[in-house]
Amino acid sequence: MNFPILSSLILLPSIGALFLFFTKSDKKNNFTGKYVALFTSAVNFFLSIYLWILFDPTTSEFQFVEERIWIKDLINYKVGVDGISILFILLTTFITPLCIVSVNNSIKERLSEFLIAVLIMESFMIGVFCSLDLVIFYLFFEAGLIPMFLIIGIWGGARRVYSAFKFFLYTLLGSVLMLVAIITIYWLNGTTDVVELYNSGIDIKYQNLLWLAFFSSFAVKTPMWPVHTWLPDAHVEAPTAGSVLLAAILLKMAGYGFIRFSLGLFPTASEIFTPLIYTLSVIAIIFTSFIALMQEDMKKLIAYSSVAHMGYVTLGIFTIQQQGIEGSIIQMISHGLVSAALFLCVGVVYDRMHSRLINTYGGIVSIIPKYSILFMLFTLAALGLPGTSGFVGEFLILMGAFKDNFLVAVIASLGVIIGAAYMLWLYKRVVFGKLINTDLKQMFDLNRSELFILSCLAVPTLFFGFYPDPLINTIEVSISDLIDQYNFKLASKT
Amino acid sequence: MENLQLVLPEIFLSLSIMFLLILGVFKKNSSRLVQSLSLAVLIITAVITFNETIGINETKIFNNSIIIDYLSSLMKIITLLAAFLVLIISSNYLKTFQIFKIEYPILILSSVLGMMVMINSNDLIVFYMGLELQSLALYVLATFNRDQIKSSEAGLKYFVLSALSSGLLLYGCSLIYGFTGSTNFNVIADQLNSNEYALTFGIVFILVGLAFKISAVPFHMWAPDVYEGSPTSVTLFFTMVPKIAALTVFIRFLYVPFLNLIDQWQMILIFLSIASMLFGAIAAIGQTNLKRLVAYSSIGHVGYALAGVAAGTNDGIQSSVIYITIYILMNLGLFSCLLMLKRDNNYYEKIDDLSGLSKNHPMLALSLLIILFSLAGIPPLAGFFAKFYVFKAVIEQSMYFLAIVGLLSTVVAAFYYLRLIKIMYFDEQKEKYDTDHGFWLKFSLTASTLLILIYFIFPSQLIEVVSRIDII
Repeated sequence: MNFPILSSLILLPSIGALFLFFTKSDKKNNFTGKYVALFTSAVNFFLSIYLWILFDPTTSEFQFVEERIWIKDLINYKVGVDGISILFILLTTFITPLCIVSVNNSIKERLSEFLIAVLIMESFMIGVFCSLDLVIFYLFFEAGLIPMFLIIGIWGGARRVYSAFKFFLYTLLGSVLMLVAIITIYWLNGTTDVVELYNSGIDIKYQNLLWLAFFSSFAVKTPMWPVHTWLPDAHVEAPTAGSVLLAAILLKMAGYGFIRFSLGLFPTASEIFTPLIYTLSVIAIIFTSFIALMQEDMKKLIAYSSVAHMGYVTLGIFTIQQQGIEGSIIQMISHGLVSAALFLCVGVVYDRMHSRLINTYGGIVSIIPKYSILFMLFTLAALGLPGTSGFVGEFLILMGAFKDNFLVAVIASLGVIIGAAYMLWLYKRVVFGKLINTDLKQMFDLNRSELFILSCLAVPTLFFGFYPDPLINTIEVSISDLIDQYNFKLASKT
Repeated sequence: MENLQLVLPEIFLSLSIMFLLILGVFKKNSSRLVQSLSLAVLIITAVITFNETIGINETKIFNNSIIIDYLSSLMKIITLLAAFLVLIISSNYLKTFQIFKIEYPILILSSVLGMMVMINSNDLIVFYMGLELQSLALYVLATFNRDQIKSSEAGLKYFVLSALSSGLLLYGCSLIYGFTGSTNFNVIADQLNSNEYALTFGIVFILVGLAFKISAVPFHMWAPDVYEGSPTSVTLFFTMVPKIAALTVFIRFLYVPFLNLIDQWQMILIFLSIASMLFGAIAAIGQTNLKRLVAYSSIGHVGYALAGVAAGTNDGIQSSVIYITIYILMNLGLFSCLLMLKRDNNYYEKIDDLSGLSKNHPMLALSLLIILFSLAGIPPLAGFFAKFYVFKAVIEQSMYFLAIVGLLSTVVAAFYYLRLIKIMYFDEQKEKYDTDHGFWLKFSLTASTLLILIYFIFPSQLIEVVSRIDII
């Protein structure tokens, strides 16, 4: 494979951003600017589909690997994908164009700057998912903070400054410890190349501390209870497209990191800390579900539900069962689609009524029926109704959990009920009931672009709900190999 | 006959200073001419240094009192280039305050000469001579805007405190001389007897003096006041150029005569480093004046550079040199932005003056954004790599505590950098600033921003340049 397809995926959005930067931004050009951004991200999406077609799911080896000397004798630029990372790349390239379409309605000023930030963000996120070197990974992982900080801070709501700072400092604080760990790994093994580290393994003496350092970063980013508090703030204040990016892709970086690095590099430590993860995950599932139940702000409710969903993800990852990890990845993909859609749904009514409070609404089903149908679909997907992708993920995770730890699995299953409760209650209060607020009558139904975005998200949600095979086929071999490696390392060292 | 070619840069520079002084006195209104000539002198000196000394192996001349090696040549070139840039971008500022006089470039040249002597020194007396030469020039520079009370106050403060630290430093020198019988670094190294506690005292006193010059905590008190009071262009000079020379002396002094006493000075250095990083980060949060904020931020950055020196390895030294180089680049950009905050012959230096800059001057704000994120050490900007190399060297010596405290203080420091960004990007706009800044100011801002931005594409080059530094 001579054509550097992964590097192109990373670079293309940045080039688009650069192009946007040099086109003057007046009212007329905003229009073209949008099409430039849309075009770039759409090309990127098709490129990633092409990547998926070329991808060989029968091997767990890294494919499309590119390696170049970057810092001499120190770090090589190395990218590649396996079954685990390719789906996240697809998710990123799929969500970004939809975000760009959605800015029509929500972003009023400084549009081209916003698009630049989104495109650069896309570059960084694709970089995170395909980097095969710890330093490169860290670079992309951290760099994403800059555009996201600006997206929240410039285009956000009333408390945007507070939220942007909280987001930035929380994540930075988590990540610096990971940097120490990465340098320590370099010092121990003389390399930060992930493939080589997989083969050589890491000294057991250091694993626990290194695991904790990585954990501190991923836990904040996931986010896990009790360091999840930045997420509701960031979500609530971010503009719709920002929330979508945050929920759909940014949160997945940590789940991906857990699979790729915590399991892959530190099996012994992962085994030791599994109870910790279980505890935090279960607390996240139950506790934040209850918090979500009590929210009055729609965005906040969905943000808390994200925390709960990510609780399932971390739970599934650390079951170290085929089903558990598969379920986690599918849950992440599904959550990427569904939470993105839910935030967009909130965005739709917010653009019309400028309120995110649940009690502003009620009885809108007869006024905007198309919206209500799609909103219902995503509500049901979020609570994991069979036939939606949310079900596949949750079901597999719980299956894996039952194999590993009965008690944890039972408690987590109870979380599903609360999940259903808050989502359905939200839907009931917003869509059904009596129409009290007469201003709502002026609302118009989904316009073309909104309908387009939400349908785009609805199709895969349903498709993968009925037929998850394409996803499972892609990840199956990589995961079984990961688990084999994990058990092998565990057995050989302790 | 000694090989005079090796000190040709210093000889050329001193002759030029004398010539320019005479020229300035005898030719009326020659400030522009002197300025241009000084710039030429700096460049020529850098070229001579590059041609004559960068290729040669370690050579000691004048009774081993001067050392010419790769480190000294490299640091001299960096000093000269930094001084060149400072001089070239300060002319507009000076003209505004009507202090565009011949003394300014000449004083900068003389302090650069002092720094070059410091960098070359392999002997306590030579080192002290260089130090005093540069300090005397700096005192005058601090008071350069003498009609302003603040500037005079800054100069006086700097003078008194600096004289005190020089005294301590001299006392340390005399202690070391007393117990080893020599002022030469190599002889001291041979005569070293680690049981002599008085020697440790000597080292401590000298370190105090040096820490003062480099403004490391707890000897930093002068920095915020002096930085704030001095004319901005002089502050720029203060934050960049003397630090290079002081860092070189730090390295030379600790690693040549006292390498065997590393257990004793390493602790001091770690303390200085941690204290500077933490204090610089925390104290900057409350500042409302940009120049004071920069002062605290520079205290913090000195802490990171010292962390590399504390590692006690060649890697550590190299990482420090990389750090200071990248830091200079970032600072140059930062001050170029400060020098652009001008409206109707008035320079603005309050934090609030940045308010809404992104709407009025999007390019200026964007550059400042990149520079500030880089100062905060966020990848993929150059500032991240600077920190990365330092902490790599530190962790290789298993100094985890230093690394973790250092990185945590970057999080604290990120807060005040973010606050500036917040003010620029999230707050309401104010009046516009002037846009006629002159070519060189724009050039230095653009160049430094671009270098910071694209450093990650070519990170190997800088490493290759410093990898020839070999002290131990």
